[in-house]
Amino acid sequence: MAIEKRVRFRSWWLPWALIAPQMAIVLVFFFWPAGQALYQSFQTEDAFGTSTEFVGLQNFERLWKDSTYLASFWTTAIFSVLVAASGLTIALVLAVMADRVIRGATFYKTLLIIPYAVAPAVAGVLWLFMFAPSAGIVSYALNRIGIEWNHLLNAGDAMALIVMAAVWKQVSYNFLFFLAGLQSIPKSLIEAAAIDGASPWRRFWTIVFPLLSPTTFFLLVINVVYAFFDTFAIIDAATRGGPGKDTAILVYKVYYDGFKALDLGGSAAQSVVLMVIVVTLTVIQFRYVEKKVQY
Amino acid sequence: MKSKFLVSCSVAALAAVSMPAHAQVEIQWWHSMGTALGEWVNDLAKDFNSKQKAYKVVPVFKGGYDESMTAAVAAFRSGNAPHILQVFEVGTATMMASKGVIVPVGKVMQDAGMKFDPKVYVPAVAGYYTAPNGQMLSFPFNSSTPVFHYNKDAFKAAGMDPEKPPKTWPEVTLAAAKLKASGHKCPFTTAWVSWTQLESFSAWHNVEFASKGNGMRGSDARLTFNSPLHVRHIENLANMSKQGLFVYKGRGNAADSTFVSGECAMVTGSSALYGNVKRNAKFASGISTLPYYPDVPGAPQNTVIGGASLWVISGKKPEEYKGVAAFFDYLSQPDVAMASHKRTGYLPVTIPSFEMTEKSGFYKENPGTDVSVTQMIRKTTDKSRGIRLGNFVQIRTIIDEEMEQIWNGKKTAKEGLDSAVSRGNEQLERFEKANKTPA
Repeated sequence: MAIEKRVRFRSWWLPWALIAPQMAIVLVFFFWPAGQALYQSFQTEDAFGTSTEFVGLQNFERLWKDSTYLASFWTTAIFSVLVAASGLTIALVLAVMADRVIRGATFYKTLLIIPYAVAPAVAGVLWLFMFAPSAGIVSYALNRIGIEWNHLLNAGDAMALIVMAAVWKQVSYNFLFFLAGLQSIPKSLIEAAAIDGASPWRRFWTIVFPLLSPTTFFLLVINVVYAFFDTFAIIDAATRGGPGKDTAILVYKVYYDGFKALDLGGSAAQSVVLMVIVVTLTVIQFRYVEKKVQY
Repeated sequence: MKSKFLVSCSVAALAAVSMPAHAQVEIQWWHSMGTALGEWVNDLAKDFNSKQKAYKVVPVFKGGYDESMTAAVAAFRSGNAPHILQVFEVGTATMMASKGVIVPVGKVMQDAGMKFDPKVYVPAVAGYYTAPNGQMLSFPFNSSTPVFHYNKDAFKAAGMDPEKPPKTWPEVTLAAAKLKASGHKCPFTTAWVSWTQLESFSAWHNVEFASKGNGMRGSDARLTFNSPLHVRHIENLANMSKQGLFVYKGRGNAADSTFVSGECAMVTGSSALYGNVKRNAKFASGISTLPYYPDVPGAPQNTVIGGASLWVISGKKPEEYKGVAAFFDYLSQPDVAMASHKRTGYLPVTIPSFEMTEKSGFYKENPGTDVSVTQMIRKTTDKSRGIRLGNFVQIRTIIDEEMEQIWNGKKTAKEGLDSAVSRGNEQLERFEKANKTPA
């Protein structure tokens, strides 16, 4: 039994006052918009909001009847797994390398962090330029070695393009956390293992990787949320969900229906669905994946 | 006596200082004209502002058409909407259905006591923006129509007569094959797939794109662009795509730049591409009429308009509406409308401005610039008058999506068009339900 050290407040209002700013932020920026979305998802209204009608679950019903909406769940799953998995792997490799660099480390790290400052839409456009069929520098090079790149019509190419752009933007963030995680691992542990004759490979998998697991878990949650919510601008700039609907993930459809098609009720219903999915995923991650995490 | 004089003097001086700020009424104008067209819009406002002192038109670029519309929706909800909003043609049905949001242009002109004759406006254009009761709802500012642009230098290099552009689809295929044989990587492409290959294609062949006169006669229209003729055309394009004669360059106007850069030799696109080509292309180019199938009776008929019109938003002060009316009156002046037409490639707004352009010899000096006008200034039929559908933005995207499935071989032309029709009809049904006018 650990000895609990508890601070007790004499007055009843002081603790409330102390957490009030934080609560206010959560209420205004999270609960209020979420409530608004829920409220709007039961309504249908014209573009300018001059007439509003309560329609119950009709907006949701419409979604379930739309086969292209159901297909986009699958697209979203593929996209999120690819983004989270490759984003974490690449960042981890880079962080392990950066951790070893002694000379010029700051310069190297700074370069790796830069993409995080780039706006998603700009990231999408940058990659689009490089891969533009017939004009982009990379697609030109690919053409030279006999690979026909055309993300306008080839679904695989289109998915690869948005995954690359999304991962590129997120790697910096993952990198920062992995690097911090690596630097907090006591050197003595690794040295002891080295003296015992463990190879670098073995040292990494039996000591470093398990000790990094809290960081990895945190990043896994963050990356999944990123892939689900923050990537619509990249998709809009790079593929607009095409070819067909092959890169139209759930959040892109929320964005399209709400901001391009001005169908606020339908868009709100989709964001409620999305909210439920992400909450479920996060709960699953905390219940099952977290058990494997060693703090 | 002296002091009284001083006081009145200073009052007068004060009034003189503060007068311009009070007297000049500011008119906010949100538009979506970028680059060369943006300069045109700014020049119009500058010229209008310098010609009179009562009103000041302030043009604000709000991004693409869909972005300005979204911005205006948000602004309207918070009470900060502009006076004038430029809305693309596919947003027309939405604007018409938003009853309390807009003030019909006819009413704005009438209330301001302006001389206003709707008959001087080009009928095929004004008709599109006119309510069934005959009132003009929005001002036909920049209307375009799809035409056929081609690269004369590339034609010469392929051993073809640069003054004889292909007139029919079989001829286009033939020309594309010759261009390909001469080493051209992208013989033919198209911008705005739905607008050029289905909407205008339908009107041009005098068949319906949607029932009820393409939605002009009622909101219970349903899509009909999966007829044998449509399937035949899309199949033809899919085959051209397989043979490398037609190269898909993306949605919207993405194909425009590939023509201007010289990468693609032929393009079906907006007549307003003319300004861009004239300014940036490093080759001789020509404009011809949209290709058609010669065995279809009634073809070629006329094409449908694209571009945008100016809508007046409700809830402003009477003197501001007077300013809007004065500005629209200015835009309709034959010389102003003519200058705009010559500069941009958009259609002339009024008949007098068209006649004036003709008299000035512009069409003779710039062959091809009259193509858009001759395609539009014709007697229209019930099937070709125009296309006005609810949720048209979504329908166009659905068409883009299904067409991409056809070009990459995942679907046949028939499957793709059938699917586009049924998905599009869901959008029409929903719009009909949401915008039922209370009886």
